[in-house]
Amino acid sequence: MFRDAALVAGKDLRIEWRSHVTTNQVAPFAVLVLILFAFALDPDRDVLQRATAGLFWIAILFSAVLAVQRAFALEAADGNRDALRLSGLSPAGIFLGKAGAIALELAALEVLLGIGVAVLYNTTWSGWLLLITTSVVATIGLAAAGSLYGVLAAGLRVRETLLPLLFLPVVAPVLLGATRAFEAALDQSPADGWSWVTLLTTFAVIYVAFGVLAFGSLLEES
Amino acid sequence: MDPVAKDQVVRLRAAVSLLGRFPALAGVDLDVERGEVVLVRGPNGAGKTTLLRACAGLVPVVSGEATVLGCDLTQAADRTAVRRRVGLLGHTTGLYEDLTVTDNVRFWARACGATRAESDAALAALGLDGRLAGVVVAKLSAGQRRRTSIAALVARRSELWLLDEPHAGLDQAGRDVVDRLIRSAAAAGATVIVASHELDRAGAIADRTVTLAGGTVVVQPTSSVLASTSPHMRTDRRQNEGDGETEVLRVP
Repeated sequence: MFRDAALVAGKDLRIEWRSHVTTNQVAPFAVLVLILFAFALDPDRDVLQRATAGLFWIAILFSAVLAVQRAFALEAADGNRDALRLSGLSPAGIFLGKAGAIALELAALEVLLGIGVAVLYNTTWSGWLLLITTSVVATIGLAAAGSLYGVLAAGLRVRETLLPLLFLPVVAPVLLGATRAFEAALDQSPADGWSWVTLLTTFAVIYVAFGVLAFGSLLEES
Repeated sequence: MDPVAKDQVVRLRAAVSLLGRFPALAGVDLDVERGEVVLVRGPNGAGKTTLLRACAGLVPVVSGEATVLGCDLTQAADRTAVRRRVGLLGHTTGLYEDLTVTDNVRFWARACGATRAESDAALAALGLDGRLAGVVVAKLSAGQRRRTSIAALVARRSELWLLDEPHAGLDQAGRDVVDRLIRSAAAAGATVIVASHELDRAGAIADRTVTLAGGTVVVQPTSSVLASTSPHMRTDRRQNEGDGETEVLRVP
């Protein structure tokens, strides 16, 4: 399973490396979201700084929709889904590989947006342990949920419009938990944030476990 | 259910497969033995593609009997099991546009458990080991994409090859390569089912021809009858035995 996951993740990352979709489209989109929020809220710098955590994670969420759509558009093209089904790769391995590649792309975006927030919103990052832990578990949860709903929507003609409708409500707990945990870290009161990390971890574990078990059926039915 | 003979790779009895509610296969009877090359012909909509997809385990057989490589295709678990033992060349390429020819073939080969040497040998067999090896698929012509798909298929070393219009989009040289590969695969112990409208070309490499119409087999001569009508096939196989290409294609 893990060999298959590494193979699929390596393939997806190689495709992104060659196509530059993440660097040329998803990353600029995420930065653009930050800039637009800065324009909208700039007259009140205090509001902008207080909303930093939420704006950061909203930008990540929107970018995650694009990353998931891209990851499964690759498999929807020109018979690749049938080729995957014929390949003998374990469905759990495919799920972990797709989710792993999406998670790595999101992690890179988070670093970029972290710098963007510091520059645009004058945010001083603090509470690094809580920030990093929150980012890791929230990213795993987003990638796992995204991969599940991505394969569910992949076989449908309306996948581009359906995926955000399925995905965004489901990951609302991630937005809430990650935002609260980041706020706690930025307020230098990390004790308040760890309970939210527990929520995020629970979300990630549930979706990874569900994905490992259910991805094969979803791949067959999509 | 009658026992399946040891060398019987495909055994269908009144097999029915649905596309939606439409019975694309409406009671097919078919027997294919190990090492045979069978041409499936028939008009558009006859069920050729569905037959190949059903044999590959991609389309369920909802009634009748269907055994491929010993797997019962009416059972979901067996359909999954048979997939890794067959190679399907369909109408689509099954390639990633942003990967190179080599990356694509190596990925699908590794996914099926083949080694890098085996995928490189497949690339060479299709003439893709030269300047095309490092070209991304998006920049290839339709014929070059078809060659790449065939290379990915060859690298799998499947026991059963299911080829849907394998000559489509290929130039004369490419068609000759495909014919040679089919003969070599059969000589190496694989079984090949070819669905094609190119009856002269595909018929020349087939041991026998099965005609489908309306989702059922309407003509299915026995191997013994066909043996006398296509002696060139037997000769070609003997000629191929022991050559390098046959070794590339030998079924593990």
